[in-house]
Formats: sequence, C-alpha cells, structure tokens
Amino acid sequence: MYTDKVIDHFANPRNVGEIENADGVGEKVSSSCGDRMKVFLKVEEGIIRDIKFQTYGCGAAIASSSMMTELVLGKTLEEGLALTNDVVAEALDGLPAPKLHCSNLAADALHEAIRNYRETKG
Amino acid sequence: MKHIYLDNNATTALREPALEAMLPFFREQFGNPSSIHWAGRAVGDAVDKARGQVAQRLNCLPEEIVFTSCGSEGNALALRGTAEALRDKGNHIITTAVEHPSVLNTCQFLAKKGFEITVLPVDGNGMLDPARLEAAITERTILISVMWANNETGTLFPIEEIGAIARRHQVRFHTDAVQAVGRIPVDVQAAGVDLLVLSGHKFGGPKGVGALYVRKGTRLAPLIHGGHQERNRRAGTHNVPGIVGLGMACELAGAVLATNAERIRGLRDKLEKGILQRIPDAQVNGHPEQRLPNTLNVSFAYIEGEAVLLFLDMKGVAASTGSACTSDTFGQSHVIEAMGIDPMMANSNIRFGLGPDNIEEDVDYVLEILPDIVQRLRDMSPFYHEQGKARKQAVKSA
Repeated sequence: MYTDKVIDHFANPRNVGEIENADGVGEKVSSSCGDRMKVFLKVEEGIIRDIKFQTYGCGAAIASSSMMTELVLGKTLEEGLALTNDVVAEALDGLPAPKLHCSNLAADALHEAIRNYRETKG
Repeated sequence: MKHIYLDNNATTALREPALEAMLPFFREQFGNPSSIHWAGRAVGDAVDKARGQVAQRLNCLPEEIVFTSCGSEGNALALRGTAEALRDKGNHIITTAVEHPSVLNTCQFLAKKGFEITVLPVDGNGMLDPARLEAAITERTILISVMWANNETGTLFPIEEIGAIARRHQVRFHTDAVQAVGRIPVDVQAAGVDLLVLSGHKFGGPKGVGALYVRKGTRLAPLIHGGHQERNRRAGTHNVPGIVGLGMACELAGAVLATNAERIRGLRDKLEKGILQRIPDAQVNGHPEQRLPNTLNVSFAYIEGEAVLLFLDMKGVAASTGSACTSDTFGQSHVIEAMGIDPMMANSNIRFGLGPDNIEEDVDYVLEILPDIVQRLRDMSPFYHEQGKARKQAVKSA
C-alpha cells in the first residue's frame, strides 16, 4: 500500500533528531489520529542550514517528516513557507488516501518552526 | 527473506488434509447435494459427513448445525434471526462493548428497527462481570450475545457462568466463538449456549465457510429465503468443497487440540516474557490468565503500532494491530478503548497470533528483532525524548 519512496524514507529517515539551541522550533499534533511532529531549525541569512525532526506516528507520518526535511534543507524560509502538504505527498510518489492527512503534519510543523524563528529571532 | 506468520487470529493456512479432502468436490464430484440422482447423492453424503464432524467438535447433534458462508453471516443470522422470531416476546438484547463488529453493527442495525440494546462494559483486562450481565436482564430480554474469546486480546469470557445465568432467566444465549473453536475445547452442552458461531478459516479450514449451531427447538427466522437447504434456515446451494474442508478442519483440530494448545501456549508465553524482559515500558493487554493460548496483545509506550508492524513486515514477520491510523481504519480499537487503556498505549498495540505451524525459532527471531525496532522508533519519537529529559530532571532535583 505504500510506495517504495515512502518505505525508503520510513526505513531510513533523513535528519532525525534534535538541534541544541535551535533558531526555531515548531510542533504539530494531528487532530484526527494523534500523530505528533516536532521540527528544529538552524537558520543563517534566511536559509535553512540545518533541520531535524522527531515524529510520533505511523509510517506515512515518519516518511512525510523525512521527505519534508530533504525538500527544504538549504532552501530559503520563503520557500519553506511555500511548501505544501501536496508537494510532500507527491515527492513520496503519493500516499494512500486515508493517509494523506499524515503529510499535513510535516508541512504544518515546518511552518510553525519558521514562524517561531521569525517571532523570536527575526 | 524468511516469512514468519504470526497473525493466526486474522486467518490461518489451510491444513493439507483439509485441502486434500476438498479437491474432488471442485470437479469430479460436482453434483448438487440437493439433487436426488447419483451425482447429487455422493455429494450429499459428503455434506452429511462434514456436518457430523462439526457436530462432534461442538458436542451437538448434526441436525443442529447450519452451514454459512462466514462468521459474520453466522452472527447476523443468530441476531437478526432471533430478533425476528422472538419479536412478540420482547425487544431487549444484551451484548458487550468488545464484540466483533459483525455483532455490534448488527445490534446497531436492530436498534434502528426498535430493539433496545444494552452494551455491557469490561474491566481493564477486558473481562466481563457476570453479575452485571444478570442485573441487566429484564422481562423484555430475548437474547444475550457474548463472545467466547476476544479477537484482539484473546480474553476469554466466563461462558459457562453466563450460560447458567441465561438458563436461570430462560433467555436465549448466543456466543460468537469464531476465535475459540479449534483453539480451546468448545462444548455447547457444558456452556449452555443456544446459538454458537464458528468460521472455518480461523482454524485451518478454508475461507468462505462457517457454521451456526442452533440448539434443537430454537426458533430462528432465515436471512436468506429460497430453497429448503439447512432445514429452511439458510437457503442457497451448498458450498460443498468449503463444507468438506470445514468438516476436516474440525476433525483435525479435535485430534490435536490439547497438545497443540499447550505447545502454542508455551511459545506465546516465551514471546510474552521475552518482550517484557527486553523492552521497557511495554504492557500486555488482555486477561493475564483467562486468555486464548495463542494470542498476545502488547503495547509499547511512546511509539505507534503501525510503524512497528511495517518494520516487522520488512523483516518478514506478519503481525497485526487494531490501533489508530492502521492500514484502512482510523481511530482506536473499540476493544482497547473499552478496556480504558491509556491512549498512547492504545495507539501502539500489536497483536501476535500464533498457530500450529509456528516453532520456537519464530519466537526467538521476533525477540531478536523487536527490541531494536521499538528502540529505533522511540529514538524518533518526541514523547520518548521528553520523558527521558523529565526523568533526568527528576533525578537531578532528587
């Protein structure tokens, strides 16, 4: 039911962890299934220089988190804010319909982290 | 990669002798058992033989067996057939919060038709209080529907005690024994049940066939009207290969039930102890003693069940979960929820269902790979890191 890309990102998730003294921290809890994601950012001159995540959730949630970090690492904050859940899901070659909401978690948590950065450091 | 199947509560592999018994009835012996000519007669004898095999497994008369297509049909026929037949006597049905959806959803359907349904709660072990059940009986009660063994946790209800209560109050008693038959002794006389449902594929028979035991003299309206098959209780041409396979599965289960059950219990207990020893913050869901010998439902704090299943699957191990965000359903398992299990533990419950084909190496393999799987997911989980920090903080301040 999952694509090879989902399985790859689930089994070998990129950028798992925590950044000490992160410039921005964001968090999102899914109201539908209780999945939870935390994002940590290191920002230099408007560029996402480092990103780490922690996720509590199903395979789709973990794969979406991992894919999201790959998509925005090295990108500008504006590009990060423009990232949508659909782009994350497409980058994974799609998610099963009942799991689409899991990709929401990743983009939403990222946007929270960017907002947090701008409020505290911006 | 080796494949280890530990999902025997979902379905089981067809036993070889059951398959052998079925094969002639797909082609050579194709007759309709309701026909009077030579082609039908031979097949009719085979259906009779299978009926006897099922009856012997349950300790009942062959004519008390109605062949069905599956467990869900059996439960629907028992519930709706009783509701229809006893409508003039009352409209109250008693069941439990942890029944299979084929019972609970049929009860919901009947509720819309004017029946009153009492859904009894269970305790933290998934156990039912028989005194509470007895107290729920009214003059309008026409049926008690309580499962023999729970499909998610394996918890066994005190069926004989409930049967005695039903007798005392002269209320009809139906039990969904789909998970019990073939795994533990099931005797309809000792249990005092009036209606009992079983399904072939749960214990080495084929899919697409089941049976309903109907105690002699029990009025039951059919779900399927048509010909006179199954004493007018279930019309439709018999699924002869399926029925023959079901009969053989009953015979096979009877012959080795006690020895198999003890061997499987030994493996299950080893798996359970091993998991609790190797993995901190794990808990078993279900009754510690009153439980099917093959079932282990276990939860791990800070992580989600589906992710565990995916990693197990990648390593060749098939298990299952009834928890949140699983393959095609949302929301927590109604069984785990009824037991009042902490939501995080409820989200990570994994069910291992052992079967006669499992060997000790299978258990050893799971015990070898599972701790790493759980730790990998915990390392990704924000809850795990937060509790780690909180623990360190507590140590510091103490």
